[in-house]
Amino acid sequence: MTFGEMTLQLLQGFGTTCVLFFLTLVLSLPIGLLLAFASMSKFKPLKAVVRIFIWIIRGTPLMLQIIIIFYGPGLLGMPISWPSRAFAAVVAFVINYSCYFAVIYRGGIESVPRGQYEAGQVLGMKKHEIFFNIVLFQVFRNILAPMSNEVITLVKDTSLAQVISVGEIIFTATSIMNNIYVIYPLLYAGVFYLVFCGILTLLFGWLERKTKFYRV
Amino acid sequence: MAFLEVNNYHKKFGDNEVLKGISFSLEKGQVLAIIGSSGGGKTTLLRCLNFLEMPDEGKLVLGGEPLFDAAGGKKPSDAQIREKRLHFGLVFQQFNLFPQYTVFKNITLAQSLLAKQALRDKKADLAAVYKKAPKGEKKRLKAEQKQILSQLRANTKQRIEARAEELLARIGLTDKKNAYPYELSGGQQQRVAIARALALDPDILCFDEPTSALDPELTGEVLKVIKGLKSAESTMIVVTHEMGFAKNVADRVIFIADGVIEEEGTPEEVFSRPKSEKTRAFLQKSLEEVF
Repeated sequence: MTFGEMTLQLLQGFGTTCVLFFLTLVLSLPIGLLLAFASMSKFKPLKAVVRIFIWIIRGTPLMLQIIIIFYGPGLLGMPISWPSRAFAAVVAFVINYSCYFAVIYRGGIESVPRGQYEAGQVLGMKKHEIFFNIVLFQVFRNILAPMSNEVITLVKDTSLAQVISVGEIIFTATSIMNNIYVIYPLLYAGVFYLVFCGILTLLFGWLERKTKFYRV
Repeated sequence: MAFLEVNNYHKKFGDNEVLKGISFSLEKGQVLAIIGSSGGGKTTLLRCLNFLEMPDEGKLVLGGEPLFDAAGGKKPSDAQIREKRLHFGLVFQQFNLFPQYTVFKNITLAQSLLAKQALRDKKADLAAVYKKAPKGEKKRLKAEQKQILSQLRANTKQRIEARAEELLARIGLTDKKNAYPYELSGGQQQRVAIARALALDPDILCFDEPTSALDPELTGEVLKVIKGLKSAESTMIVVTHEMGFAKNVADRVIFIADGVIEEEGTPEEVFSRPKSEKTRAFLQKSLEEVF
């Protein structure tokens, strides 16, 4: 196998990695916000259920969750078969990351002073107007740093999909390694992650500079 | 009948009764100063007037229109509360400006949102008219309605911006129009907060210790702006620790202690001839603090 062939194969695996990453991100960012609201709900049972759910998801390994999501329905005799392995992996990632994002959002929302809400209220604004026009931007600015952490972790967590044989880049690298008995394909795969995370770091740095136009 | 009549306001937080039956009235164009020691219920009273808290008991009549009655049975909806709130403005002790917006946007934001709602309503009305129109008329009507809406949009924008400019001039911060709140001194921030509250033309403007969070040398500029607002049209309620201000600017003074009105009258009456022992002690103490 030439170096070029290997690069092509790894690129293909990396394509799958990117699909897992972007789908998870696009879905778990809004779902996380909904979970955050639910976890702050005045309706106690909802709040309790969501907080227990978050505890379970954050308290168990992501790898275990992927396995349960993929094999669970079949083992329980449910007539569900996943359209693809990658699909099952994305479902597991979305559930897991929504919970982490929910906690970050909650921290961000709670860090906005009460006075901001009250100022909006006495100016006759509606609840959603206050949230979207006043609170949301401040939350966004407050949570950028923890979010960048979580997003960069997600890039690397996608490699856990290999436990259900999703052909992402680490899975690809491992199979090449097993074929030609050398270890460097794995290191080569690492370079892909490094570059991708480097780009994300730059992106988050730019966002932080863009949103730090005021001090508190 | 007075412009504002507050009748028997009660408010409890848990077992702690903060307001124990507050009643007072105010004429249009009057300035009312509320004095009293911390924890006496002054701030809670203002918050109840602005419906940030709902009184447990009591009635409020504004301009002859009953605005709130705790005994009125059904709890008012969010929309109803919002409408009631627009009669009152509130300037906070901590300013609470929106940090991500410029001074100008801070002043215009609430009005723009209200205008947007009005535009949406108007659009819905026009759409209903359009729906009922005979077929042959529709094309002409559509163009006409488009014209009406864009005209309305432009007029509204102009009105809001002109009003903001006028208010900026009034608080003397025209040159800070595009500054962010963090770039301003505390006194300037509080002046912007006053302009922001005025932009909605409230019937009654309330101030919650507007100078308590300011350095002493900055209190003057804010008090001057408030004094400058005094006119036959503007009715104000000011919770304050500035006895000099209460004495010189207010038309009426209320002294609140432990959730009840202990003393009420003209500044002359309250400051020079206090009837209650508590008032006398309080005034004595505030004077001691100064010297």
